Amino acid sequence: MTELFLRAVFADNLILSFFLGVCTFLAVSKRVETAVGLGLAITAILTVTVPVNQLIFTHLLKPGAWDWLGADIDLTFLRLIAFIGVIAAMVQVLEMTLDRFVPRLYAALGIYLPLITVNCAILGGSLFMAERSYDFTESIVFGFGSGVGWALAIIALAAIRERLAYADVPAGLRGLGITFIVTGLMSMGFTAFGSIAGQ
Amino acid sequence: MTSSLSHITGPILRDNPVTVQILGICSALAVTTSMTTAATMCVALTGVLVAASGVISLIRRHIPGQIRLILQITIIAALVIVADLLLQAYAFAISERLSIFVSLIVTNCIVLGRAEAFAMSHPPFPSMLDALGNGLGYSAVLLIVAFARELFGQGTLFGATVFQTVTDGGWYEPWSFMLLAPSAFVLLGLLVWAIRAWQTAQAEPDPTPVRAEGETP
Repeated sequence: MTELFLRAVFADNLILSFFLGVCTFLAVSKRVETAVGLGLAITAILTVTVPVNQLIFTHLLKPGAWDWLGADIDLTFLRLIAFIGVIAAMVQVLEMTLDRFVPRLYAALGIYLPLITVNCAILGGSLFMAERSYDFTESIVFGFGSGVGWALAIIALAAIRERLAYADVPAGLRGLGITFIVTGLMSMGFTAFGSIAGQ
Repeated sequence: MTSSLSHITGPILRDNPVTVQILGICSALAVTTSMTTAATMCVALTGVLVAASGVISLIRRHIPGQIRLILQITIIAALVIVADLLLQAYAFAISERLSIFVSLIVTNCIVLGRAEAFAMSHPPFPSMLDALGNGLGYSAVLLIVAFARELFGQGTLFGATVFQTVTDGGWYEPWSFMLLAPSAFVLLGLLVWAIRAWQTAQAEPDPTPVRAEGETP
């Protein structure tokens, strides 16, 4: 379990080794505060959606899930729509909860909260779970670990970008270009963490 | 006619979805370790994009504003499932290598972005041209990055040997860094730099914030 967690955070980091959720990652990493908020939201959503999708996938969609009815039904092809539905519903729930209990964070996240629905990191987490056939406990650990890894990466990038604003970057490389190269360097660092997870 | 043409040519360089609008980067980076996977991904994405824009534009007058996102996502998801099943049926080996990234076209911001920004307010034909243009713009970036990564990482292009590697008795020592994740980020950064050095209008303004009196960094 610890190994799975460490792998999800560092070596198999969703952004830095699978490029999932890069769009939001680049768009929302200008300030550390928003990055922290978004990181928390993503972690919360991943921790909930991956296990829920795991249950749906094993008990409703997988080949053999309907054996107790005596029917041989394989609904695997529906997993995409099912996962997206669960994610959209969960994001809605999180949105309402935040609005009710933490209005400040809700206001700070603004438009980025609903956009989590179309964040590839969330859907990717669920798809990886199905692909690697994690069981229920593993999927909780994996979901949480991936979320932490994602949050870690975006907070680090936001901190670097805040400093980078004072650097003298060549005109064409300013903004998007230099952010990519910084992310590349971070990605190299995270690859090196692979040995921690006992690769 | 010129305006139809500009729907296609515009997004390829001037308004490229990946390097200018920063959309759909996730998959652009992940599938570029070889030309074959990149090309397959380009075809799949362009197909889904054109079909989704066409369908959404056809029914745009009947979509209630409140639930349009859910409807759009459902249409896109259905089309992606079709694309995924087609790939599994006719190109199983490649679909294995693409693993989850074909499914992730659903959350590719380009598809939803074009549906929302263009197809919802234009007739089907221009919408499909716009989608085709954006698909080609995305493909151009993918193929350039994949070209560099496969050529320098393995000495091959589309799996055919170009540089004979040392292990095959040739002269080329494969640069394995190119096959790792960081290289994709760095290459895309350099590509953006190259485009902006040429199309200077795309460069971003100097972001140095003006600091208030007494504030420390």
